[in-house]
Amino acid sequence: MTSPTSVLPPDAPAWPADIYRTLRERDIKQVSYVPDAGHKHLINMCHADNQMKVVTLTTEEEGVALACGAWLGGERSVLLMQSSGVGNCINMMSMLKTCQFPFLTLVTMRGDFGEGNPWQVPMGQATKAVLEAMGLIVYKVERPEDVGPTVDMAAQIAYDSQQPVAVLIGQKVIGAKKFVKKG
Amino acid sequence: MAGTQMMHRRDAVRALFDPRGDVLVVVGLGTSVGDMVTTNGEHPLNFCMAGAMGGACAMGLGLALAQPEKRAVVITGDGELLMGLSSLATIGAKRPANFALVVTDNERYSETGGQRTVTADGVDIATMAKGAGFRDTMVVREEGQLAAARKMMREAPGPVCIVLKVDPENLPAVARTRDGAWGKNRFREALLGKI
Repeated sequence: MTSPTSVLPPDAPAWPADIYRTLRERDIKQVSYVPDAGHKHLINMCHADNQMKVVTLTTEEEGVALACGAWLGGERSVLLMQSSGVGNCINMMSMLKTCQFPFLTLVTMRGDFGEGNPWQVPMGQATKAVLEAMGLIVYKVERPEDVGPTVDMAAQIAYDSQQPVAVLIGQKVIGAKKFVKKG
Repeated sequence: MAGTQMMHRRDAVRALFDPRGDVLVVVGLGTSVGDMVTTNGEHPLNFCMAGAMGGACAMGLGLALAQPEKRAVVITGDGELLMGLSSLATIGAKRPANFALVVTDNERYSETGGQRTVTADGVDIATMAKGAGFRDTMVVREEGQLAAARKMMREAPGPVCIVLKVDPENLPAVARTRDGAWGKNRFREALLGKI
């Protein structure tokens, strides 16, 4: 099999491959996502890996329930989403606390640092508070070199200590999306 | 269509799950839990929800993917399913061969006072499941179909969707445990030998 990292374009940043390798090392078997541009390289690598079961969701809350079902069946999973998707997950996250499910989500931020689309700002600014209100442990990453090690420790506390954990990957890492200016 | 011949939900569920065999079951919140506790007792491989409405199908998908050699069944009501309706598409696209969905459709939100769901106005769950990519679907309106429904649920290549059209009767509440951590841990212990 060709290495899944070979699907990356030459100009891809290093941190998505760092996440991918960490997920493999931590025995994450199910990857569910609603796509985000910030996660595109990671998603492509997961699709190229025939050892990973990749599920395209229609809405992020499905990924919370999916992760719990995976754990019931003995598999570790990760939910990839954009910060706006966190709002879609709120009530479903009640299952994490009530049933003490381990849970790992990697959230690429919008509405965060230098956002150019005002519609993204309310949810982006509320993301951390919403996750903490639902009982998740939140690690935020602002430097590309910290992404891989942070995901590694998030997976450790999630699956060795059975905690629900979110890693927020800030727009300082991803870069703010460019918009065509009007006027 | 208030007929006198409508199936009773507990009879229909019993026909599908007694004997239950070794299926892995996710039970959506509401009256479905009472149906399953009445049928199987608090069986460790029936994971019963009491919240997270709309999540039963997606939870069943994660379970089905993790245990491809076992049969994963979701049983839930029409109201619970409708809240997570788009998970039909997620499941239909992924096409897990070991997945079966049973919807006990009484056209009512029976836990909150019997208000009509949209299925009472003609929304057709089986047709939507077919359109979402389920391999086969079946609408069960009479007891004579239940043997075939049981066979489809247990053996047919999935994903399959069985809709039980049942009487919107009021049934007494069933005593059960709502400790979700207990439910999760005993499920894993029974299936995996560890929690």
